[in-house]
Amino acid sequence: MVTLSIDGREVQAEEGATILEVARAHNIYIPALCYHEEVAPYGACRLCMVEIAADGREKLVASCLYPVEEGLIVKTNTDRVINNRRIIMELLLARCPNNKVIQDLARQVGVDKTPFKLEDKQCILCGLCVRACEEVVGVSAISLVNRGVNRQVASPFYEAPDACIGCGSCAYICPVNAIKMEDIGDTRTITMPNPKMKKIEFKLKKCKVCGKYWAPERQLEYIARIAGLAPETFDVCPDCRQ
Amino acid sequence: MLGKEQALNRLSSPDELERVRKSIIKQRDPDKPCITICSGTGCHAYGCERVAAAFKQEVKQQGLEAKVDVRTTGCHGFCERGTLVVIKPRNIFYQRVKVDDVPEIISETVLKGNIIDRLLYTDPNTGKKIVYEPEVPFYKKQKRLVFGNNGYIDPTLIDDYLAVGGYAALGKALFKMSPEEVIGEVKKSGLRGRGGGGFPTGIKWEACRRAEGDTKYIICNADEGDPGAYMDRSLIEGNPHSVLEGMIIGAYAVGGHQGYIYIRNEYPLAVRNVQIAIKQAEEYGLLGNNILGSGFDFSVRINRGGGAFVCGESSALMASLEGKVGEPRAKYIHTVERGLWDKPTNLNNVETWANIPLIVNQGADWFAEIGTPGSKGTKIFSLVGKVNNTGLVEVPMGMTLREVIFDLGGGIPKGKKFKGVQTGGPSGGVIPESLLDLPVDFDELTKAGSMMGSGGMIVMDEDNCMVDIAKYFINFLEGESCGKCVPCREGLKRMREILTDITEGRGKEGDIELLERLSTVLIDGSLCALGATAPNPVLTTIRYFRDEYEAHIKDRKCPAGVCKELITYQIIEEKCPGCGLCVKACPTEAITFMGKKKPVILDQEKCIKCGACYDVCKLGAIKVE
Repeated sequence: MVTLSIDGREVQAEEGATILEVARAHNIYIPALCYHEEVAPYGACRLCMVEIAADGREKLVASCLYPVEEGLIVKTNTDRVINNRRIIMELLLARCPNNKVIQDLARQVGVDKTPFKLEDKQCILCGLCVRACEEVVGVSAISLVNRGVNRQVASPFYEAPDACIGCGSCAYICPVNAIKMEDIGDTRTITMPNPKMKKIEFKLKKCKVCGKYWAPERQLEYIARIAGLAPETFDVCPDCRQ
Repeated sequence: MLGKEQALNRLSSPDELERVRKSIIKQRDPDKPCITICSGTGCHAYGCERVAAAFKQEVKQQGLEAKVDVRTTGCHGFCERGTLVVIKPRNIFYQRVKVDDVPEIISETVLKGNIIDRLLYTDPNTGKKIVYEPEVPFYKKQKRLVFGNNGYIDPTLIDDYLAVGGYAALGKALFKMSPEEVIGEVKKSGLRGRGGGGFPTGIKWEACRRAEGDTKYIICNADEGDPGAYMDRSLIEGNPHSVLEGMIIGAYAVGGHQGYIYIRNEYPLAVRNVQIAIKQAEEYGLLGNNILGSGFDFSVRINRGGGAFVCGESSALMASLEGKVGEPRAKYIHTVERGLWDKPTNLNNVETWANIPLIVNQGADWFAEIGTPGSKGTKIFSLVGKVNNTGLVEVPMGMTLREVIFDLGGGIPKGKKFKGVQTGGPSGGVIPESLLDLPVDFDELTKAGSMMGSGGMIVMDEDNCMVDIAKYFINFLEGESCGKCVPCREGLKRMREILTDITEGRGKEGDIELLERLSTVLIDGSLCALGATAPNPVLTTIRYFRDEYEAHIKDRKCPAGVCKELITYQIIEEKCPGCGLCVKACPTEAITFMGKKKPVILDQEKCIKCGACYDVCKLGAIKVE
């Protein structure tokens, strides 16, 4: 265990934990968009940056990645931290002016308007969907393609990806609700925030007992395969199985 | 020939290395004329291959093989004047040599000792012809320690490197020094990383040696990508063994057994020469298992980069080496502890590695005497842009910018006025005339808002618009940003938009302040050094040339006459004799011929401001406003 100070509060933490994890465990708020506890920290949105003192001078570090150490002094609300946060929100607000989550978060850090030219995008390129698809689901159906300002989330050749099982993890984990998912009748539709990609459709499996459509067939096949279960395991939905 | 015989016998001790060296040197007559032809990339563009082939053929035809050696060497640095030919041992310096000059050089200079006047370099300041290489002003003030052997050796022959003392430092390190002693010597020398960051090399090595883990990797970063900079290229093309020798010594010091050279695929000659060098070193037992019989093993592989600028950043380079997308990661845990495949990794730049044999051979004290208190040794710069003598220069740290640009570089062409010099590549800063006496040193350049970077030096004159320059570099960096983090990806895009607006006459009050504000998030918030240093060209041009920004924004004028939307071309009627040259040059028929001895008329509606008329007018009858 190490002892560190966050905003003047002395807290104890496991060695190897990151500043963000420790702060959240102690109910100290640090905004973040590209962080999720189920996937490895990535450090892309730069909203979670906090100020630490190192080698006698203050610097900003990404709290989602910086490992705590004995005697570390962290400040989450200095002028420099707030300046960084606000400009990042101005940049994101210019990119996604019509995104509700971005609008709310901008307002929360004190940003009402952006000095930059407006675009009309929904995705902030935090990469959570791509990382969840790889690290949690294990299929890597989508990835981040192209470099720099041309970066986008896409499937190979922008087509409905063969590897996708329709689980919707990408939609669940998206911090700005840019990925849309809808189940209507026997079909699940996932819409990626990439104009080059068409809607991806999945056939849903019908429960033999209650007749409800409850999960994409491909997802169930995938689970049965990796867990070594018989294909008929999922003929009945979890509600009816109990 | 000796090389082939020796290849059968791996060198199994330092004594054997010295014996081989002696026999190579013995076979060479120091007084025998040797025609060295620069085969660097610059001279290749001038056709050095044909010149070299012509020399070889001519020597053969005249049956002079026993009397004259012909050697294609690495880059000599004075690329402006290629193809360069130096005739040793007298060091007669011929420049701009063409195939047609070859027979005369052989018959007159090599055989009779006569100098061919027209091939000599003329000092533009004194008008004097200069005969010998060391007396050419471009070379005179240089201190060519790292780069010096480039002109003597054929990079594809290990025997040439051995003849100039190659691999002696390796023998010394392996047999007379402990790894700790090697690290101590490098630390004491004060050598700092030549790739841009300027981190003390010895301290990095020490941290890597101390890092936990049995497997450690050694990397040579040869992913040079700054526009206009090619010193690493010329070094690794021209003297690949010096880089390899440095790497082997480094591997011994930190305890690594596998090395990688990450090199741009756009540098085919460098890739080829390194491949040859590795093979030769392996054959001699200088690479591989049980090097020189010391029991130390080290091998090197080449990885060719795909051309992304960001892959020169160490963590992105390592990701790329691992076969992943070349994107940086946070380095809160340093790469010396967890680098390539999460193992301790020691990465240094080409030039840093090439300094190591010098330090081991001649000692830390000797090295530390060169340079300034904070920056030791020499640095190779790529001197390009609006300067008379473009090329590569190696100078002791601490030389002033004025000396580099005016003494070595020969000043600004066409009598124009110096305006600024961009040091440190695209994310360096522009240093103005008032700071020309600044010594070239890691810390001094940083204080001035620029940086040493890897050693790019782009000279600009009065015809360069500083807002346009800032836009150019930001545009480059925007294109090379990997796009992972928000400040760099979104911030550079916005900077480019604002700068474009300013240069196209849409600048607004507050734009300068907005650029400064955006810079803070790039510096503080970016994930890697690409973003964190990217605002330098903007901040330095605002700091030193603010009036130019203001002229663009407030007066809608470009004082340097560069930004098309803010300038007009006009005919000065009293100077125009109506010769019609401009009429022919104009691609849009905007200029009308009004008859001889009558000034032409320029239609502003049709003018696309290409400047073709301005360029062809010999009488200065066209002005830019």
